[in-house]
Amino acid sequence: MTTATPLLEVRNATKIYGGGFLQRGNRVVALQNFSMVIPEKPAIITTIAGESGSGKTTLANAILGFISLTSGQILYKGQDITTLKGQAATAYRREVQAVFQDPYEVYNPFYRVKHIYDMVIAHLNLGYSKAQARELIEQSLRVVGLRGEEVLEKYPHQLSGGQRQRVMVARAYMMNPRLIIADEPVSAVDASLRAMILDVMLKLRDDLGVSFLYITHDLSTAYQIGDDIYVLYQGSIAERGRTVDVIERPKHPYVQMLISSVPVPDPMVKWGTVLEGVADESLRATVESGCRFYPRCPNRMDRCLKAMPPLYPVGDHGQQAACYLYEKP
Amino acid sequence: MIPQPTSSVSGAYRAGREIVLDVRNLRIHYETPRGDVIAVNGISFQVYKGEIVGLVGESGCGKTTAAMGILQLVPSPGRILSGEILINGRNMLGLTEAELRERRWRELSLIPQGAMNSLNPVMRVRDQIGDAILTHEGAIPKDKLKARILELFSLVGLPPRVYDLYPHELSGGMKQRVCIAMAIVLNPPVIIADEPTSALDVVVQRVVAQTLLDVKERLGVSMIMIGHDMGLQAQMVDRVIVMYAGNIVEVTPVMPAFHNPLHPYTQLLIASIPSIKERKPLKITTGLTHDLRNPPPGCSFQLRCPHVMDICKRVPPAMIEREPDHWVACYLYGKEEQQG
Repeated sequence: MTTATPLLEVRNATKIYGGGFLQRGNRVVALQNFSMVIPEKPAIITTIAGESGSGKTTLANAILGFISLTSGQILYKGQDITTLKGQAATAYRREVQAVFQDPYEVYNPFYRVKHIYDMVIAHLNLGYSKAQARELIEQSLRVVGLRGEEVLEKYPHQLSGGQRQRVMVARAYMMNPRLIIADEPVSAVDASLRAMILDVMLKLRDDLGVSFLYITHDLSTAYQIGDDIYVLYQGSIAERGRTVDVIERPKHPYVQMLISSVPVPDPMVKWGTVLEGVADESLRATVESGCRFYPRCPNRMDRCLKAMPPLYPVGDHGQQAACYLYEKP
Repeated sequence: MIPQPTSSVSGAYRAGREIVLDVRNLRIHYETPRGDVIAVNGISFQVYKGEIVGLVGESGCGKTTAAMGILQLVPSPGRILSGEILINGRNMLGLTEAELRERRWRELSLIPQGAMNSLNPVMRVRDQIGDAILTHEGAIPKDKLKARILELFSLVGLPPRVYDLYPHELSGGMKQRVCIAMAIVLNPPVIIADEPTSALDVVVQRVVAQTLLDVKERLGVSMIMIGHDMGLQAQMVDRVIVMYAGNIVEVTPVMPAFHNPLHPYTQLLIASIPSIKERKPLKITTGLTHDLRNPPPGCSFQLRCPHVMDICKRVPPAMIEREPDHWVACYLYGKEEQQG
């Protein structure tokens, strides 16, 4: 169907920390053979979900060019991002923006909020007049529901958590991006403000065609706004598919365990029980070859230890799970 | 068991329950050069024997300060200005430091938020727990001490090998369980748990939460659970206390908190929770909380309330028992009563 070049494609990305000549024992596989496609059109929100240590932030860092992969490729509009040069490299850095978890740490506390935008304008090299620049700033702030006079002359500590995060989204938006990497953008803000920021993401997607890579451990918010989802477990994809399919009908034993552990905000709904012993963290030893989830899996079989299971189709719309339970004879 | 909100018997929940902790008119301010920040504005509430009470609200609403106030561990420049904290009828405020030290862990203990940072990294687990016992109960024979610690371990689901380990050798979930073991070591009637599972992954959180529920069940201890994860609150607590800008705005058994919240702030809070069971449009709110140094007269929620009325801007509403055991401070539920 879609033969068009995807906006972003990750091919067999692997990142191994340590394991060099001097530290052979300390090899940590942060990301293993990860592949993902974000289409050129329409704009979608792709969720990367996983617990701490699942490799989700490693992936974000690789896409943003903060770290280099041990093997594999990241292609932006068909071009490997490590080979981008000159204008193409500048365009990539402008079109792929980031919003981080802690909306306080990304600010320089000595500068007023306006400084962030001035820097962006200077970087963009638009040759704008002061009035044009101000108009662009105001317009970006309007997108996230803020007004210039509310925030621009203030210092970061004078803003609320929700304002700080929206200021960062506005900054990202000002660059006219195609893709925003949002690494846990709402886990540090309160419930009432969380909805506001998620709503801004939906607006950007629907009205302005901005795609998101939404990185989170929170499956509830992913379920509310996400289109595609990749659930990672210790660096590998456990399950992927449409968010609605995966959350409502999870197939991989890990994803099933994960979803039944999420406390439902309704006392009438009984909390799923986690099988005794199965979740014992002491069993979390790294499995050298084979399925990483083996030590905690309630359905484990001998063959799971021999080789890492590939992704098998388990449902509609390309839902796949990396589990031998779904191997077709 | 939680009684249904529709129960016609007045005070069905509190009937026959013994009050363990009674907080009266607790007021805590943070002193700043530009005036006092009113973090806890004279709040009162009770905790019954064997229940878990959730203390919820957004960051900065005073929930953690209130809990630290009960422990009398408010960090400077915070100061308890007035109030009474009665545990089994005896006031904890106004004790000398020595008396307080004697009674603190014995009558009131804390499960801290970040278990990672609250254990001493250079002490073995056995010595840390042993320390608490020896400090409060004097010397006891070594084998008895060990037996007691191992019994605690089995209560919180820790394997015996943890006895000889250092904190860095434990996983996050195990550290949190060591903290739970420390909190119950002297069998206090009240435990304050400050977001006890917030730093844990969701599967581990589920297991640690179960440990807490088991401990509560077996020891009959009462808990105050501070948290902003409403899912966790729904699954764990018996009653909910909702705070906004230093004030308690609603106190209710957990069922009506989620199915029939009365205060506009609680309604907002419940409506904005993302659920994993149901896809619904996001509930957006606007407006900011007032400056806590300079609260407006009247209701603390007036700046953000969709139902704000004239009277809300003049006189703060009092708590009324709108339904059995369901208390709310809002003029939507009877103006006359409130002013009377």
